[in-house]
Amino acid sequence: MPLASYQTSVPVIVDDAKCIADKGCTVCVDVCPLDVLRISDMTNKAYMAYDECWYCMPCEADCPTGAVTVNIPYLLR
Amino acid sequence: MALDQIVDGLSEVSCDVLVIGGGTAGPMAALKAKLKNPKANVVLLEKANVKRSGAISMGMDGLNNAVIPGYATPEQYTKEITIANDGIVDQKAVYKYAQNCFEIIEELDSFGIRFLKNENGDYAVKKVHHIGTYVLPMPNGETVKKALYRQLRRARILISNRYMATRLLKSSDGRIAGAISVNTRTAEMLVIKAKAVILCMGAAGRLGLPTSGYMFGTYENAANSGDGYAMAYHAGAALANLECFQINPLIKDYNGPACAYVAGPFGAYTANNEGSRFIECDYWSGQMMLEFYNELLSGKGPVFLQLKHLHPDTISEIESTLHKVERPTRGLFQQGRGVNYRSESIEMHISEIGFCSGHSASGVFVDDNARTTVPGLYAAGDMASVPHNYMLGAFTNGSVAGIDAMEFADSHDFAEFDAADVAIERDRVMAPTAREDGIPPNQIEYKTRRLVNDYLQPPKVTRKYELGMRRLAEAREDMQERMIARNAHELLRALEVQSIMDCADMAAHASLYREESRWGLYHWRTDFPEKDNENWFCHTLLSKRDGKMTSEKRAVEPYVVPITDDEKDLYDKQRIRASA
Ligand SMILES: Cc1cc2nc3c(=O)[nH]c(=O)nc-3n(C[C@H](O)[C@H](O)[C@H](O)COP(=O)(O)OP(=O)(O)OC[C@H]3O[C@@H](n4cnc5c(N)ncnc54)[C@H](O)[C@@H]3O)c2cc1C
Ligand code: SF4
Ligand code: SF4
Repeated sequence: MPLASYQTSVPVIVDDAKCIADKGCTVCVDVCPLDVLRISDMTNKAYMAYDECWYCMPCEADCPTGAVTVNIPYLLR
Repeated sequence: MALDQIVDGLSEVSCDVLVIGGGTAGPMAALKAKLKNPKANVVLLEKANVKRSGAISMGMDGLNNAVIPGYATPEQYTKEITIANDGIVDQKAVYKYAQNCFEIIEELDSFGIRFLKNENGDYAVKKVHHIGTYVLPMPNGETVKKALYRQLRRARILISNRYMATRLLKSSDGRIAGAISVNTRTAEMLVIKAKAVILCMGAAGRLGLPTSGYMFGTYENAANSGDGYAMAYHAGAALANLECFQINPLIKDYNGPACAYVAGPFGAYTANNEGSRFIECDYWSGQMMLEFYNELLSGKGPVFLQLKHLHPDTISEIESTLHKVERPTRGLFQQGRGVNYRSESIEMHISEIGFCSGHSASGVFVDDNARTTVPGLYAAGDMASVPHNYMLGAFTNGSVAGIDAMEFADSHDFAEFDAADVAIERDRVMAPTAREDGIPPNQIEYKTRRLVNDYLQPPKVTRKYELGMRRLAEAREDMQERMIARNAHELLRALEVQSIMDCADMAAHASLYREESRWGLYHWRTDFPEKDNENWFCHTLLSKRDGKMTSEKRAVEPYVVPITDDEKDLYDKQRIRASA
């Protein structure tokens, strides 16, 4: 059965200008309870790879540079 | 390397005590086990990262069930929980918790976690329950996880993050021998041999589907997919009163607590669309949830948490708590909707169903030493059967489990498991990765949980349950034959769906077994609408026997604290009678 990819607007956004993943930071990726953040191979910045978020906040609270913003997932906003 | 690429691998390590789940109960269990025998090896295995995992990921605003000398006695608390849980309580474990929890509060205090005190330096406990006074605010509640983590590091507990436990291992004579786990980012497997194992994997929080339709918008931390319940089941341990579901009153759509325990002591209350109170007491019980449900459907819904009548300074104080700890995105949510607590009430709704003893009474059966029915296997926190346990119960019983498990490990050698069991589990775990083509886990999970809502959510109707079980069996077949996982992250979700499916089956089986109604909304069976104390004043134990799901009755242990006849029904009288 063929698969289609499904568009979804993700709740967590990262400000590339502030993110220092390219200098080795992985804090947000490390702390997320749902393990949905990753560092992009292309930009070397953190981003939300999977839309499976508990809107809980550790990523935003623990980011050393204030690069992460957690929004309420659209379906329950 | 591609994102979450699957790596083939299997390794084995061993330890004296293995704790699975590093949320709330787990860190305390690991710490106490290690302090009991500092020379022993204690491993704390966690699916996420112990720094920020579990229900208390962002801290907590208070203790819901603190038994503090001068405010309450262990006898009073045991009585209250017995009545709130409709009498089906082995009081010994509740009483032991009530006796021990003050010591744990003082210990948490020594870790740097502060509790609210009044001018005289006494703990400032608040009344929320029907009878007694047990709620204690935590002014720096956001620091809980950091404080625990410091203790774990100091005690040199070995922490393994991002390993999801999938099955327990046993010896041929039925003793616990260890556990099997999978790395959630590489799919490499790790076998951990252990003399004793403590399960602290939290509630089964991804069982029902939230009304928003967002699969991860659950009340519980969405990492708690019921793996602990499924693992205990497959290891042959008994699970108690699973039909006593967890259902909570929550902020509609946001699906987090509002929270009456924070706002209630300041004068906030639950009201209907006329602004009138309709329940006597905001403490979360099945009886209270039934009135909540009835009100929603009565034409007097929606239901609200009312606080706009309070002084603006009081509202600011409540707001700063709600928007800072526990579920801090509450503020963002209300802001997005333009809701100001000063002028508008908070619209409430009821949550999806789950298993949880922390809030209800559905859990892996344990005695007052946190022992399950499998020798060497322990459970604590939301997934263990001590009812209405909450956070302090997770800490206190985690402590009990840690100490007893280390005593067990000190007096036993490793039990031998059969290597074939590991091979079988490896095949099960990896099966979705071997398929080229099929159905992704998110679709199977959505469908399973949608079926849970359609057929298993109370009121429980026998005919609906029978149909629901047929539909679930079809979804299970898809899951077993056709589910695919294309990377390690998808494999994590694929394994979680299997736990969710097992929990759905257990929820249905347990609910059909108990032929009466009890615990208000939690077990309201329309075909058996009355409470039947003559036949059903007992626990039900569900377990796997010869590969099949079975249920049996178990007598309630004789009470330690007697309950008089006029006290028994106090929680049944939740509805405020219309005043003439
Ligand atoms: C939103 C919310 C608000 C609450 N408010 C209060 C309150 O104000 N006061 C109060 O007293 N109580 C409150 N509670 C209840 C209290 O937080 C819980 O009862 C308690 O924290 C449960 O602890 P636990 O250790 O059982 O579970 P958790 O703390 O949830 O820990 C379970 C851990 O197991 C891990 N895990 C799960 N599956 C696996 C696996 N397969 N392998 C490895 N690890 C796994 C999870 O990642 C998690 O870290 C609240 C709960 C919630 C959800
Ligand atoms: S924590 Fe902040 S700085 Fe670090 S990787 Fe994440 S977004 Fe970038
Ligand atoms: S809000 Fe929570 S679940 Fe969502 S990305 Fe951040 S840490 Fe992960």
